[in-house]
Amino acid sequence: MDKHVFRPSLPPPALEVGVLGWLRGNLFSSVGNTLLTLLAGYLLWLIVPPLLDWTLLQADFSGSQRSDCSGEGACWVFVRERFTQFMYGFYPAELRWRVNLTVWLAVIGAAPLFMPLMPRKPIYGLGFLLAYPLLAFWLLHGGFFSLVTVETSQWGGLMLTVVIAAVGIAGALPLGILLALGRRSDLPAIRVLCVTFIEFWRGVPLITVLFMSSVMLPLFLPEGMNLDKLLRALVMVIFFEAAYVAEVVRGGLQAIPKGQYEAAAAMGLGYWRSMGLVILPQALKLVIPGIVNTFIALFKDTSLVIIIGLFDFLNSIKRATNDPAWLGMSTEGYVFAALVYWLFCFAMSRYSLRLERQLDTGHKH
Amino acid sequence: MKQVKFPLALLAATLTLGSVTQVQAGATLDAVKKKGFVQCGISDGLPGFSYADAKGKYVGLDVDVCRAVAAAVFGDAEKVKYSPLTAKERFTALQSGEVDILSRNTTWTSSRDAAMGLNFTGVTYYDGQGFLVNKKLGVASARELDGATVCIQAGTTTELNLADYFRAHNLKFTPITYDTSDESAKSLESGRCDVLTSDQSQLYAQRIKLAAPDDYVVLPEVISKEPLGPAVRQGDEEWFDVVRWTLYAQLNAEELGVSSANVEELAKSTKNPDIARLLGAEGEYGKDLKLSKDWAVQIVKQVGNYGEIFERNVGAGSQLKIERGLNALWNKGGLQYAPPVR
Repeated sequence: MDKHVFRPSLPPPALEVGVLGWLRGNLFSSVGNTLLTLLAGYLLWLIVPPLLDWTLLQADFSGSQRSDCSGEGACWVFVRERFTQFMYGFYPAELRWRVNLTVWLAVIGAAPLFMPLMPRKPIYGLGFLLAYPLLAFWLLHGGFFSLVTVETSQWGGLMLTVVIAAVGIAGALPLGILLALGRRSDLPAIRVLCVTFIEFWRGVPLITVLFMSSVMLPLFLPEGMNLDKLLRALVMVIFFEAAYVAEVVRGGLQAIPKGQYEAAAAMGLGYWRSMGLVILPQALKLVIPGIVNTFIALFKDTSLVIIIGLFDFLNSIKRATNDPAWLGMSTEGYVFAALVYWLFCFAMSRYSLRLERQLDTGHKH
Repeated sequence: MKQVKFPLALLAATLTLGSVTQVQAGATLDAVKKKGFVQCGISDGLPGFSYADAKGKYVGLDVDVCRAVAAAVFGDAEKVKYSPLTAKERFTALQSGEVDILSRNTTWTSSRDAAMGLNFTGVTYYDGQGFLVNKKLGVASARELDGATVCIQAGTTTELNLADYFRAHNLKFTPITYDTSDESAKSLESGRCDVLTSDQSQLYAQRIKLAAPDDYVVLPEVISKEPLGPAVRQGDEEWFDVVRWTLYAQLNAEELGVSSANVEELAKSTKNPDIARLLGAEGEYGKDLKLSKDWAVQIVKQVGNYGEIFERNVGAGSQLKIERGLNALWNKGGLQYAPPVR
């Protein structure tokens, strides 16, 4: 008997594979979808070419002054000329290595924390968290151990934005966790204190708090006692964001089943150890998206210091647009600002996704 | 009525504290000499008046006011530290002693002078609200603006002045308010409004922002008085005199033809008694102000006379190209007049 030979399977219909198939499946699968695709295509055609034209094709990149720009497209010469001011503010040019060194130290110092095989990671991490801020303050501000003082009024640009955001995050996270624990405490005095603090700071807009710190506070202080403007802003940012972090963390604490608390107690753990070893590690893991959300908001909120005359990244750009030599360059400046803010916030959100994947050990769905 | 007492007491305490702060703030000149620099409150960015140049140095007319005071006190115009202030925090900064001089395009008004605990030392720039229009409109005077759409910046006296002016002349207008000067400039350019109103000094800056500045013209009418000048804390006459006479020295220098180019030469060789008195070659007029003999020489040498700082920052030597107008000397058809040094 002849062996039956199956006929080779036919290739799928040309309309179902390749580019055509993908187009048909995703863009033109129905009348409604086809219409939407055409509409979206039309909008893209309207927006993208002029945008490309303005930002790249017609734009001017070289030169050193306003007259080097044709005016047809964006004048990136402005951003290039003032780039160092946008980054460092008025930090003296010959001392800028100190800012750069601070950044590099942060990168190099934090790198071991990302190595999976690094031994004694928690101890190193804690040491880094305690030592680095002191080192950074010494490098940026100076004033002792033979470094010249650079007053905070000379700080500015992206550097100031990052300082406010970093100090805000580093201060708000521990304070927020403590507040969240305090709010769920059995001790009435602590609970009332924490609830009052949280509700007060959540109830006022950051901009009014900053404004008060700058306009009202000096009137109440004794003559000649001038608290540093940046310090005032930092304290306000920490308090404000700590209240938000506290509520996010409280959400995590409430999501932990009661059994976990009881199990910790049954193991004979006291309050701090049961929180530190059992409850918080689980709770914080749950609320990473919420915490990162708060920090991204904080990063963008730093631009509110414009109201008290601190020259952060955005305000440095605004200041540069007031130079008569560059009047009318605000669009270029703000587009550049948007790009940089987006880069930072996007990086933060990517990092939080990575962290979630890494720590996601028990609750995978 | 019992509940009311506590807030009232608190309010009273606040007010007393506020006024105590002002009275204690005496002897600013000694404090300034001791700390070695003048703390100067300037604007957070205003073309021509205070802005940062490419090297990150503050320049402008308001900035030069402070540099001149530093030159008078220390003989060194660079001994100034700047505090960029927003419009809202400026008076607190002066009252609380955070700054020694407020030189921040602040309009001298009766309420500010009398009720805010500060004193204006003089007028460094006579400003006034004006109009910027497209030449295409064919308007030569603000009187012809009946029915126009006007771009204004929100929250300033500009709005009120405008309404007053149009009502007084029985004209109709539609206001469009904006938050920033960039928005209003763009709006004028796109034709959304026919005319842009602001202080004249700022209209010239706005005009540079437009793609074709030459198509626009500033109308001759000035509808408000905006004398801008530096202010100091009330109750410290000594410091007040120093700041006031710094400006007067610059005005006198211009009137007498003393400029940064010839001041050292003149200080040695002048035969003119007015110049000799101003430059300290004759008499002890610096001593009256608790300053050095050559205080005016230092001001003019390092910062310039009034005409020089005007031309350099806002006048023909700058991008703004504002004409002297009211800010010309009294003997050249303007309002700038200084009492003599003698």
